[in-house]
Amino acid sequence: MAPEHGLKSGSGLWSGRLGLGWLIAGEWRFHPARFLLTAVAIAVGVALGFAVHLVNGSALASFDGAMRGVSGAAELSVRATSPLGFDERLYPRVARADGVGDASPVLRLDARIGKARLTLLGVDVIRAATVTPSLIGIRPRGPDTGNDTAFDESALFLSRAALTQVGAKIGTRLVVVANGRSVPLRVAGTLPATDESTAVGVMDIAAAQWRFGRLGRIDRLDLALSDRSIAEPALRAILPADAILSTAETQNAQGDALSRAYRVNLDMLALVALLTGGFLVYSAQSLSVVRRQRAFALLRTLGMPRAGIIAAVVIEGLAIGLVGAAAGLAAGYGLAWAALHWFGGDLGAGYFGCSTGRVVIQPGAAIGFFALGLLAAILGSALPARVAARAAPAAALKNAGDVLDPRRPVAWWPAAVLLVAGGAASLLPAIAGLPLFGFLGMALMLAGGVAGVPWFARTLLTPLARRTRGSVPGLLAVRHLHGAPGEAATALCGIVASTALMIAMATMVTSFRGAVDEWLNQVLGADLYLRTTGGATFDPATRTRIAGTPGIARLAFSRQIPLTIAADRPPVSLIARPERGGRDPLLVLIDRGPPVQKNDALPIWVSEPAHRLYGWDPGERITLPIAGRTQFTVAGIWRDYGRQAGAVLIDEGDYQRLTGDDRRDEISATILPGADPAKVARAMTDRLPADLRPQVEAGQPATLRKLALTLFDRSFAVTYLLEAVAILVGLAGVAATMSAQTIAREREFGMLRHLGLTRGQLTRMLATEGAIVGLTGALAGIGLGLVLSQVLIHVINPQSFNWTMTTRIPVDTLIGVATALTGAAAATAMLAGRRATAKSAVQSVREDW
Amino acid sequence: MPDAPPLLAVRALGKSVPGPRRLFRHLDLEVGAGELVAIIGESGVGKSTLLNILAGLDEADEGSVAIDGIDLSTLDETARTRLRRERIGFVFQAFHILPYLTLRQNVALPLALVSPDYVAASTRAEEMLEAVGLDGRGDGYARDLSGGELQRVAIARALVHRPALILADEPTGNLDPETAARVLSLFADAVRGNGAAGVMVTHSDASAAIADRVLTLGAEGLVERRGA
Repeated sequence: MAPEHGLKSGSGLWSGRLGLGWLIAGEWRFHPARFLLTAVAIAVGVALGFAVHLVNGSALASFDGAMRGVSGAAELSVRATSPLGFDERLYPRVARADGVGDASPVLRLDARIGKARLTLLGVDVIRAATVTPSLIGIRPRGPDTGNDTAFDESALFLSRAALTQVGAKIGTRLVVVANGRSVPLRVAGTLPATDESTAVGVMDIAAAQWRFGRLGRIDRLDLALSDRSIAEPALRAILPADAILSTAETQNAQGDALSRAYRVNLDMLALVALLTGGFLVYSAQSLSVVRRQRAFALLRTLGMPRAGIIAAVVIEGLAIGLVGAAAGLAAGYGLAWAALHWFGGDLGAGYFGCSTGRVVIQPGAAIGFFALGLLAAILGSALPARVAARAAPAAALKNAGDVLDPRRPVAWWPAAVLLVAGGAASLLPAIAGLPLFGFLGMALMLAGGVAGVPWFARTLLTPLARRTRGSVPGLLAVRHLHGAPGEAATALCGIVASTALMIAMATMVTSFRGAVDEWLNQVLGADLYLRTTGGATFDPATRTRIAGTPGIARLAFSRQIPLTIAADRPPVSLIARPERGGRDPLLVLIDRGPPVQKNDALPIWVSEPAHRLYGWDPGERITLPIAGRTQFTVAGIWRDYGRQAGAVLIDEGDYQRLTGDDRRDEISATILPGADPAKVARAMTDRLPADLRPQVEAGQPATLRKLALTLFDRSFAVTYLLEAVAILVGLAGVAATMSAQTIAREREFGMLRHLGLTRGQLTRMLATEGAIVGLTGALAGIGLGLVLSQVLIHVINPQSFNWTMTTRIPVDTLIGVATALTGAAAATAMLAGRRATAKSAVQSVREDW
Repeated sequence: MPDAPPLLAVRALGKSVPGPRRLFRHLDLEVGAGELVAIIGESGVGKSTLLNILAGLDEADEGSVAIDGIDLSTLDETARTRLRRERIGFVFQAFHILPYLTLRQNVALPLALVSPDYVAASTRAEEMLEAVGLDGRGDGYARDLSGGELQRVAIARALVHRPALILADEPTGNLDPETAARVLSLFADAVRGNGAAGVMVTHSDASAAIADRVLTLGAEGLVERRGA
């Protein structure tokens, strides 16, 4: 029913859609560049985020495929906790356990054929046929394919990827190197059921044990179950300490845990570009709203409801988001393809050994990033829309442009509240090993920092604004910015956000790199290092021969093997070295327990990541699956930036006594004064058995240090790229915003020229304004960035990667960023100023309606 | 038209501004259909404020305003917005023709805010452009026109939705005397021809002379100038 006064009911937003459409279309037709620039900003953010996510997802899928390829996708497995394997007498006990239908023993070796690396599996073909049929090799059809091929001690079945990498055909004879032995084998067939990208070889288990020196040991028992609920408890009761139960899920979780923190950090960094894009939309829409203040006032006077103004601006943001997000998804797919093609699945960080060249489509992620792009554009428009709708139409119609009031105080408390809330959130612990509160804290602090820019600009400029002497252009520039700090903030919000995050990342990376460099200097105390590859080892006879090399003062041998503590976590590194009562150079101790007494458990030193991951504190007694279940006393915690999954160090003598393993895989040598390290290294290599030589790498500390830092820089290369893009998007925002703001002040410039200011003075005024705006942005960004870097260094890094460091400030980067920003803003303002002052003074002061 | 109720009825209106100053009080005004009233006064007496109150863009401290029988004080902001959309037309000193819309779209804007019927809005806009002597110029833009032509477009826009009340704030303030005279004549004819009530505030006695009644605004309200 119509109301009594006869006016139509409702706000009329829907019925007025024709007028709304005209307004939006008219704005786009008149300012297509603004529309496109903001859409590109969103597209860049979405593209980076989506690309990083696709690359990570594709790498994980490939890793998952590789795990299934070598595990044969058994329902449940019993796995050895270390490469030493477990006693094969466990096999019949497991096979007879309640709930177990069948069991297939597997020997697993890291092998090499020529330069190609692959996983070599020894299987019992009869058992594997029922438990893991994908590991059964297929013979080619032909006359020489008797049934005994599978049991032939020289027969090797290779997956398609292995065949390609090795360059072999069926029937090719080749030498397989594993466990320090070189064994001639013949390619007898293929493994059609394995993942096509996984390099794996399969041979008879008995032949593998015998020919590769692993008699009596097996690494895995793949199981077919009749009743899982009965089998699991029954198996747990009989498993020795050096074996654990494992499923495909726990294996995947292990792979996921290895790189999860890195991937999440990369995702977050990629989202920075999207956030900057959102700020750019905010800048552009704010300016657009200011420019259209009179038009909106007219529309309100003609009867458009407030909601109509909000709808117009938000719909513009929505359209920007739709175009930007759609373009971003397409670009993101292309970027992901290129990144996988050129850098690999871990973008150079070295987490995934397997290679992947295929982008795995992830519809959920595509929808998610599309929605994030839309959200950034809509939120970037919502605030300006609200401001536009709030303006009183009568005043705006008369006084557009005269809204500055230098006496109006600038609120500081919203920024303070956000910064304090961010700091408080950062102090909360990690969730499921991820520093989610740390990221939330950073986001809140970032919002607080950006919200505080007007207050910061006003505070910074107040002493300058009090000056009454100086050049007129300079005074005008300072007074304008002092009176309208919000304008500067509009131009700066994107660049402050991206600069802050860039400075935070740069400070964290500098601190991290400095800490790694210092640590490398401490741990690389010897003159020469020899290390085996592909599972090869130095046996006692070889070590004795090497010890007799002329020029050597002292040798230390060590053994490093992976040790699985929990089925769903990556294994820690067990390092056996002559620890010399905690004085080993590898042990850069950051905490020490009480002295270990003679009747105490054996001493063990745990690395910082192991201490944080497993909660092993100095003085605590822990049990590790070494030679059954052995108790150790944690003698100290040492700094280790090399092994993210954690490491434990025990004395070489204790290790050998416990495990009986007399092999070593690394030698550190101190040479006599005056001896030539290169010659000594050659002499040492010459004393190695001929078949071991190709599997040993020699290096000097400087080379190793350089290599380590190169790897470090490569793993952070993608983060530098993402930061650079965010900064570029931010700079584009400053350029666009400043030029739009300058052009919007044409009338002011016309008036000043009427008063006698020359074009040169106007240009100087604008350059000064631009430089002040740029410097303000740089100072705000740097200050905020240094605060955020503390969250990265002291919260996100320890929670993600489990290592700590002290802060090192990249002074050169800070100066560079401040200079670049100030210069870019001044240059942009000058260029825009030239255009704005090119009109005649009379034309400029004329009404432009 | 003595028996017809006035389209605009203002009773005992008062408005003050922050500080001790009072703009006006006890202001009474009635404007009937087809009648054009000019309000003159010195700068700062509140002519524009009065116009804003009549349009529902500002609120009076006391008194009432009724347009086409609807008391503004009974309306919330949304209803006042609807009232402006449906019953009031505006002509401004600075024209306010949107530069990114065609002239036809500018004229049709009040209709487009009420109904999505593009054809009807365009047809009516063309009629109005023809009425103000700009037939065939609908596809042009504001930058193609002179000041006088722009104000004619503004008059067409003010009348396109057949409002009950037309408010004009210094409609010829930006025009030369010759153009101003032509535009005023057109404006007065349009108001009378459409049977609307017209209120025009101006500084200029010459402009005011075109009105049916001329009122002077002062602190004590409106005083009719005799012999205008």
